Amino acid sequence: MERILSMEDIRFTYTPEETDKPYAVDGVSLDMHQGEWIAVVGHNGSGKSTLARLMIGLLFPQEGTVSLFGDALTEENLWDKRSQMGMVFQNPDNQFVGATVQDDVAFALENNGIPFEEMTVRVREALAQVKMERFLDHEPQHLSGGQKQRVAIAGALALRPRLLILDEATSMLDPQGREEVIRVILELREKTGLSVISITHDLEEALLADRIIVMNRGRKFAEGTPPEVFARGEELTSLGLDLPFAARMTGLLRERGLELEETMSERKLVESLWTSRSNG
Amino acid sequence: MMEKMVFGRYIPGDSFVHRLDPRTKLIFVFIFIAAVFLANSTASYALLLGFTLFAIIVSKVRIGFLIGGLKPVIFLIAFTFLLHIFFTKQGDLLFEFGFIKVYEEGLRQGIYISVRFLVLVLMTSLLTLTTSPISITDGLEVLLGPLKKIRFPVHELALMMSISLRFIPTLMDETDKILKAQLARGSDISSGTMKERVKAVVPLLVPLFVSAFKRAEDLAVAMEVRGYRGGEGRTRYRQLKWDWRDTTALLILLLLIAGLWLLRR
Amino acid sequence: MDITLQRVGYTYAAGTPFQKQALHDVDVRIPDGSYTAVIGHTGSGKSTLLQHLNALLKPTEGTVRVGDTVITKETKGKQLRSVRRKVGIVFQFPEHQLFEETVLKDVMFGPLNFGIPEAEAAARAEELLGLLGLPEGTAEKSPFDLSGGQMRRVAIAGVLAMDPDVLVLDEPTAGLDPSGRREIMDLFHRLHEERDMTTILVTHSMEDAARYADHVIVMHDGTDVLEGPPEDVFGDAGRLARWRLEVPRTVAFQREFERGAGLPEGPPCLTEEQLADYLAGAVKKGGGAR
Repeated sequence: MERILSMEDIRFTYTPEETDKPYAVDGVSLDMHQGEWIAVVGHNGSGKSTLARLMIGLLFPQEGTVSLFGDALTEENLWDKRSQMGMVFQNPDNQFVGATVQDDVAFALENNGIPFEEMTVRVREALAQVKMERFLDHEPQHLSGGQKQRVAIAGALALRPRLLILDEATSMLDPQGREEVIRVILELREKTGLSVISITHDLEEALLADRIIVMNRGRKFAEGTPPEVFARGEELTSLGLDLPFAARMTGLLRERGLELEETMSERKLVESLWTSRSNG
Repeated sequence: MMEKMVFGRYIPGDSFVHRLDPRTKLIFVFIFIAAVFLANSTASYALLLGFTLFAIIVSKVRIGFLIGGLKPVIFLIAFTFLLHIFFTKQGDLLFEFGFIKVYEEGLRQGIYISVRFLVLVLMTSLLTLTTSPISITDGLEVLLGPLKKIRFPVHELALMMSISLRFIPTLMDETDKILKAQLARGSDISSGTMKERVKAVVPLLVPLFVSAFKRAEDLAVAMEVRGYRGGEGRTRYRQLKWDWRDTTALLILLLLIAGLWLLRR
Repeated sequence: MDITLQRVGYTYAAGTPFQKQALHDVDVRIPDGSYTAVIGHTGSGKSTLLQHLNALLKPTEGTVRVGDTVITKETKGKQLRSVRRKVGIVFQFPEHQLFEETVLKDVMFGPLNFGIPEAEAAARAEELLGLLGLPEGTAEKSPFDLSGGQMRRVAIAGVLAMDPDVLVLDEPTAGLDPSGRREIMDLFHRLHEERDMTTILVTHSMEDAARYADHVIVMHDGTDVLEGPPEDVFGDAGRLARWRLEVPRTVAFQREFERGAGLPEGPPCLTEEQLADYLAGAVKKGGGAR
């Protein structure tokens, strides 16, 4: 599989003059393959958002290299690389550039000089992917937070990117908005095989990933599949992270003397409770 | 509070006027403003007034909205009307009431000037009522396009305008929220001396600025990530289309000017 | 201090083409000393209701009673301010209200507005900053140099500094990470217990409502549709679904377990600990063939 992103021993600080301050990102390496889905989790201030900004060249590391689609990222190829990526940020209001939904989705296309006829096709196609095609002429103030984030995703998809970065895209939404957005990214994953990096502290979002990277104080604290990572239980909670509901319940039930296997799936947990009830 | 403001507000619709290209409407209103000064006879003023009424009917804009738009200037119209009535002392004396003497010419000039004001305000209101601010921006960007040759930043200005328009409702919301948060903390803006009131605005303005800067920063980053680096090499999603309506509108304008010319004294 | 709303209605921009009815026929009572949760779908009228609790909005119909103060659409400014002193509101993203040069001054803003002497206001501010777990020396810093989580605590201190009898919380944990969320919610719970403060939590989180509240009000389409203890409100998933709400996770899991185990629906488990006790009990008792 083609490697689309790799970071090698990245170090970055916002205050290079102040040598006594810790680095925001400190010696992180990372490889990502085409079609992969990676969640980066960590508490606020763990360096996860800085990491995202380094990936798309909003920041350049003081040490180490970021490579995208096979080439090292430089000031020269920055715009070309960016045209193959999309990024959705936290605040739904602050990334809505256009006057209406369709204008906003077209923004990146205009910037990249896509001809008008092609744009109309792509705008509609991208909005259909996030189920917002009926809102072409709506103005942002008449949309919910979840709808605005879906438009932002469409704005990124319109460029037909190879990599989509979600930087805490669901953290300011209400439960319904969060669910809408997660449903949309799940569908995208199934239908398009798009590579996604989601920076998040929402566990439901993290559980969808193939691989989870846990950040703490600028360093990579843990990395692995969701079951591998969440098996570290207590260690994660001490970092200010949560465990999935099923994992928390399993812990509480074990304390109460039930013999249960570690699991993150509510389905599995309830099934094993049913069996132990009828056998017990 | 702001919801009651109608002046300058766009009311969506689907009339002949609504569907005109914004460029047409802008050119139309500019030329109309100049043409108003051609009128100098009762007949020509009647033509202007009649034409404006015709435009209103064609636009299907509710009269209520237009009257709302007139409110801020009604005092000005009334004032200039009275000024002419009282201070123009030509023609026959129409009537006398104490020291007030109204002459024929004064009345005529008063009416002329009021009609002139009225049609100007009505036509510009009609422009903003039937054209979304964003279309006006598009129209201006294209019309001012030639100025790019003298390095006038037309694209940047248009983008600035459209982003400002886009953020007005967001910032109004924000203002309301901050105001309420400070009221809940006992801030009192509506009473006290002038000095106290000015001081009471600080807790409102500082958070508003902080938030506006934060939004600007976020937006700049979001735009950069989406590949924005100035107007060069950009294509346009919003296309303006000139059709038979636009040609018709400008022909009608020519007819109006010809009519005004013929009716001059 | 009881808060009672009688036949309260509120219409925005009444008499203009943009008028919109946000509340109608709201009859609720928030008992003195209770921890009341107000839940409802986005657009159900929760936030408009909240603004009536400390007279930021006056009802366009009906009356709001806060302690002995009665607020109707005719009530004048002075009385409204006295209500605001007794009822503190922590808005969503309260850090957006910070404006002073130092943290201390910002926390003192509310008390000073309500005529508390400077020395006392400063003492209260210092005490609260400690209580909220802000590090030593924060008081002299600019609020804009703090981290997001710290700014939120400072803003909360600014509301608590008015020493309100009633504390209204509007999604106080929005945007925080899980540990920040838990700390803040536990803090409010502690304040509620220790200071005997009536607490009103407006939230999207059924889990928080179930865990902390002893009284729940459900809003839907601009009016109250259900009021009662959480055990009643959260027992019936079908009923909540009608108002586009879900039961807390613990209850959803409990129901799923009961369905598969062939047990009747028991009283809802409102916290994870309760659920664990219940499940452990049911499994141990279960025994062999059913």
